[in-house]
Amino acid sequence: MSEQNAAPRPTRRRVPAEDVPEASVRAHAYVCEAASCMSLQAHDITLRLGEAAAEAGLHDVAVKRVGCMGLCAAGPLVQIPETGELFSAVHPDEVAPIITALETLKPGDERQPQGPFFERQTRVVTENFGEIDPESLDDYVARGGYEALQKVLSEMTSTQVREEITKSGLRGRGGAGYPTGLKWTTVAKAPGTQKYVICNADEGDPGAFMDRSVLESDPFRVLEGMAVAAFAVHATEGYIYCRAEYPLAVARLRSAIRQAQRAGFLGQGIADTSFTFDVQIRLGAGAFVCGEETALIASVEGKRGTPRPRPPYPAVEGLFGCPTLINNVESFANVPVILRRGSDWYASLGVGKSKGTKVFALAGRIVNTGLVEVPMGMSLREIVYDIGGGIIGGRPFKAVQTGGPSGGCIPAQFLDMPMTYEALIEVGSFMGSGGLIVMDDTSCMVDVAKYFMDFCRDESCGKCVPCRVGTTQMWMLLDKITRGQADRFDLAQLERLAGVVQKMSLCGLGQGAPNPIFSTLRYFRDEYMAHIDERRCPAGVCEIEPAEVPA
Amino acid sequence: MPALYKKPPPPSDDKRWKIVETRMRRMGDRPAALIEALHAAQEAFGYLDERALHFVGDTLGVPHSRVYGVATFYSFFTLKPQGEHTCVVCTGTACYINGAKEILAGLERELGVKPKQTTADNKISILTARCLGACSLAPAVIVDGEVAGKVNTGELVARLEAM
Repeated sequence: MSEQNAAPRPTRRRVPAEDVPEASVRAHAYVCEAASCMSLQAHDITLRLGEAAAEAGLHDVAVKRVGCMGLCAAGPLVQIPETGELFSAVHPDEVAPIITALETLKPGDERQPQGPFFERQTRVVTENFGEIDPESLDDYVARGGYEALQKVLSEMTSTQVREEITKSGLRGRGGAGYPTGLKWTTVAKAPGTQKYVICNADEGDPGAFMDRSVLESDPFRVLEGMAVAAFAVHATEGYIYCRAEYPLAVARLRSAIRQAQRAGFLGQGIADTSFTFDVQIRLGAGAFVCGEETALIASVEGKRGTPRPRPPYPAVEGLFGCPTLINNVESFANVPVILRRGSDWYASLGVGKSKGTKVFALAGRIVNTGLVEVPMGMSLREIVYDIGGGIIGGRPFKAVQTGGPSGGCIPAQFLDMPMTYEALIEVGSFMGSGGLIVMDDTSCMVDVAKYFMDFCRDESCGKCVPCRVGTTQMWMLLDKITRGQADRFDLAQLERLAGVVQKMSLCGLGQGAPNPIFSTLRYFRDEYMAHIDERRCPAGVCEIEPAEVPA
Repeated sequence: MPALYKKPPPPSDDKRWKIVETRMRRMGDRPAALIEALHAAQEAFGYLDERALHFVGDTLGVPHSRVYGVATFYSFFTLKPQGEHTCVVCTGTACYINGAKEILAGLERELGVKPKQTTADNKISILTARCLGACSLAPAVIVDGEVAGKVNTGELVARLEAM
């Protein structure tokens, strides 16, 4: 699936913005050029707006492409930052209202209220989203970029950096929530002269697009976070393992790496010190299991992406046998802001052991599909109803699926639950990378469980038997249930098998594969029973086959 | 590390082999470059044939069994040429609950092709993707590299048939 996925490469074409000196600009038009809006001709809008502004004689107006604004459902989006006015579902041929708004704009115009979708969010990782040109180092630096790295290199020792991260309470944003400071310390103390830093951008969970948005909207932030991490753990080489399905993110990363190298923020002697660190991109090739850290390392080494038993953990023996630090994109993206604003400030966000903010991708049967960032501990109800705008068509909320194929479904009775690592595990799901898929009464939970099992069955690498055979067998049992051909014995068999696969599998893929079954059985057992005993699908999704008449 | 063996010449005079060769050389012709090299070959030729696999393996000093293992392990690599046009249907969770299943069923009914198959006249290949990240456009498909969102099965079939 290579060339089919190739989205138009973002070329740096001249728009009038670059001709106007910044001081004389009276108004801006920001065009969202992230993947979702790009697939709706956002780049044409940028070009068209530039032309239309020139035709209208507006020489003090700048058109700029920016990163994801978050409200993907209403795309393509254009915003006038001076007033906060947001134009949604813009068509390249219909830019006249935007030009009119730019013409009538006066200095001192009031900012308009932004609505709950924007106002209820707390932007930390996404602070530059919709504000900077993702391919402009100058824009990033103007918003405080690379302050953290310069501070680290000039004022701090690596021990102080690690302590600062530990104090902030940052935990791995890839899902498991391992304390980041602890991981850094382990790698720093591991013996060995050559160490590596790897950024895990293999965002495989279907319905999750947080990491893609970060890479597309603010790639320098990830590079800065990696450089700080490399300093803290004494590494000199870094890799970003990114999905090949994200061509725009890869293109922007390449451009960012080139610019950072040229400006001396990557390479030899960073910021006029003796610190050396460089980053390379490695493309994934469509294997979900490569999100697992040992499988990811195998893939970076050019091998089949199969996991291996841990310990030894990658922190001690990772890439090419050397100590390796692996963190997720969002974890690295948190690092610069922690060092810039201090660990105390960061720890003041969030609740309990879950500090800071979390970026969630809202998808499914929800009105405001898109990207949101909220403090840890916000209730699910606030996220789904206040920020997300509720369910499409006002239908009843049934469940929200978190954590991808290894996660679980959270039913309506837990809507007021705070979103923290611990609370999610308590209800049988887990944080995962942050995809929230909202389901209404048109989804059959048995069918959903079957869908995820089909995913795991297909993506199982085949190395260990419980996962390779177990996922297929569980899928067959689920298929039997959805066809109305199963009895209670099959259900008991399914539960037993799920327990075996969970306990015996080698890596997170197999261990997590039964989770959708466990959580749907825990909260929606009546739906399973309806399929088995009454041979009907309450949601009307499954095609029940007629009963076999004994001859 | 200097190569202890002689690097093979490109299988033919085709200029595209140069691209693959350069990409491998830039990574020091080490075995770790295998996946990058396969990416380069597939980008250049559209798919990986036996010559490409042999050439990459011999250059990097990787046994053919391992090259084949890697090429078949990753779903991104394809060993068969594709049809003239491709249609990738997203089967991510958001697209699934918004009707990706009906799209695939419709394509199979109208065009007679299942995912990973090509029509008999070699015109259209149907593929599936795990998630395109275009969840706000669910259900989404990519027709010849262009993302189309909120797809209606009938319109999609008509569009593909007109190609």
